[in-house]
Order: sequence, then structure tokens, then C-alpha cells
Amino acid sequence: MIAIVRFGGSNCDRDTKRALDELGIENEIVWHAEGLPQDTTGIILPGGFSYGDYLRAGAMAARSPIVEDVRNAADEGVPVLGVCNGAQIGCEAGLTPGAFTTNASARFQCEHVHLRVENAETPWTAAYEEGEVISLPIAHGEGRFEIDSEGLDRLDAEGRVLFRYCDEDGRVTEAANHNGSAGNVAGVGGERPSVAVLMPHPERAVLADIGGIDGRGILAGFA
Amino acid sequence: MAAYTAIVTVRLKRGVLDPEAETTKRALERLEFELQELRSADRFEIDLDADSEEAAARRATEMAERLLANPTIHDYAVEIRER
Repeated sequence: MIAIVRFGGSNCDRDTKRALDELGIENEIVWHAEGLPQDTTGIILPGGFSYGDYLRAGAMAARSPIVEDVRNAADEGVPVLGVCNGAQIGCEAGLTPGAFTTNASARFQCEHVHLRVENAETPWTAAYEEGEVISLPIAHGEGRFEIDSEGLDRLDAEGRVLFRYCDEDGRVTEAANHNGSAGNVAGVGGERPSVAVLMPHPERAVLADIGGIDGRGILAGFA
Repeated sequence: MAAYTAIVTVRLKRGVLDPEAETTKRALERLEFELQELRSADRFEIDLDADSEEAAARRATEMAERLLANPTIHDYAVEIRER
């Protein structure tokens, strides 16, 4: 059973449920204060504005008791995926490196972007080829990935950069770097490949009639 | 026990882009102010009771470490005043 953790202010929890249902992946929405169910086999931290983005996006949720459970589960190899606000929570909680902060534009950005798959050997990217270009929506004001240059080099060396913002031909350019992220990074992995976060929304790209289906492969990491 | 106010200032590390500060700077320039650079910071004023100034500083520092600042992007400073 995949637990979709709902905080006060989550707003992509139902989209995520709809997407996982479509993929035939058993799931349930779990209110954070109730803790993780016993039969949890995977965890998704969905998008939204938990705790009103107070202090910093994800800062409050990252320090809530359920995230201790998430950390313990992740340490045991349970797959964990953070999307958008869930990605911010993941970095704030130290499940993944770096931080997501204010877009270089200082604006909320809601648009479709292209991503290049950088490492196709993780559960979240195995459905794609390395170098493949996919299209997913973004919707965030604080999605600029920040990490020092040594940290970024280390992530690259360890194959933990999963996705980079690119143009439609897969070129990783400054113009395609919608939010000004370090190294155009859109998604990164934790110390275990079973843990990953990304700012774009795979759950909004599962139904062919709305938004395309390029996000299916990421959520298939739970299958 | 004595009453203190801990002032915790959290700011972006040097070199980390601050788009809100940039936007604020441009707005000031539109108002025809002359300025070279503008940096923004968050300031938290925390009233607390502690046995000593050192104890108050330790507690406020732990607050900064554990929640108020994100070490990836922030530096912070703690100042203790008697209240």
C-alpha cells in the first residue's frame, strides 16, 4: 500500500491518488497526524503548501512526527518520492541533499517544461532511457535547487541527479532553466536510490487527455 | 532564571541568489533612490527565560540549527539581550 501523506495545506494528494489508481497501484491518503499505516510499502509526499509555506516551503512539515516515520521507513529501503512541496519537505528533512528556494524569477511559475533523464538506473527513471526528454508540468514559486558546487559535483559523480531542465531537444541550457536551479537540476536522489524528490509533477502527466503521460514512468517506481 | 530576548538573524549565505532582494532593489531604484546592493534577512525575536546568558544563547542557537535556518543556504547570528 502506497501512503500518500496529507498535511494541512497539501493539495496534490487527490491528483496523486487518481494517478496511482489509474496505474493500478494500491494507495491511500494518510493524514499526517495518524502516522504511517502498518502495511505501508511506499510513501509519496505530495505537492501543495503545507503549513502555508511558513518560514520556508516544507520547513514545518519536515519536522512533523510522521517524517521521522518516513525517515525510518526510507532507511529500511521503503521507496519514498517527494513531489513539489514534497520535494521541498524531503530536502528540508535531509532525506535528499540541497534545498529548494525562491525561483530566480521571484515569481510563481506554472508551465510545461522539458526534462532530460540523467540516470535511467533508478526505480524512478527505469522506464526511460538515459538522455530521453520528457515533458512534465511545474507549478512552484520555490523550486530553485541550491547546493554548493562540490555538492553538485558529488551528486553528478554518484548518479544522483535524476532530471535536468532542458529544451525540447534535450539541451541543458540557461534558457531552459526555468527557475534558475544549480546545474539545471529538477530532481535528485537520496543516499539510497529508492528515495528521490523532484519539483515537476509526474501525477499531473498520467492521463492522456490532460497533460500527457510522461509522468507515468516515474510513478511506476512504486509498482 | 532571568528573562532574555534572543534575536536570531537568518540570512542567505554569500553567493546565494536572493531574487526577492533583487526585486526590492529594482523597486527602490524605480523610486529614484541610489543604492549599490540590498540584502534581506529574517529576524526572529524570541522571549525566553534561562539561567544565564550563555544558556539562552545555547537554546537560541539550537533553535536556529534545528528549524529557523537551513544550513544549505543560510548563515545565522544569535544575539541575547536582557528583557
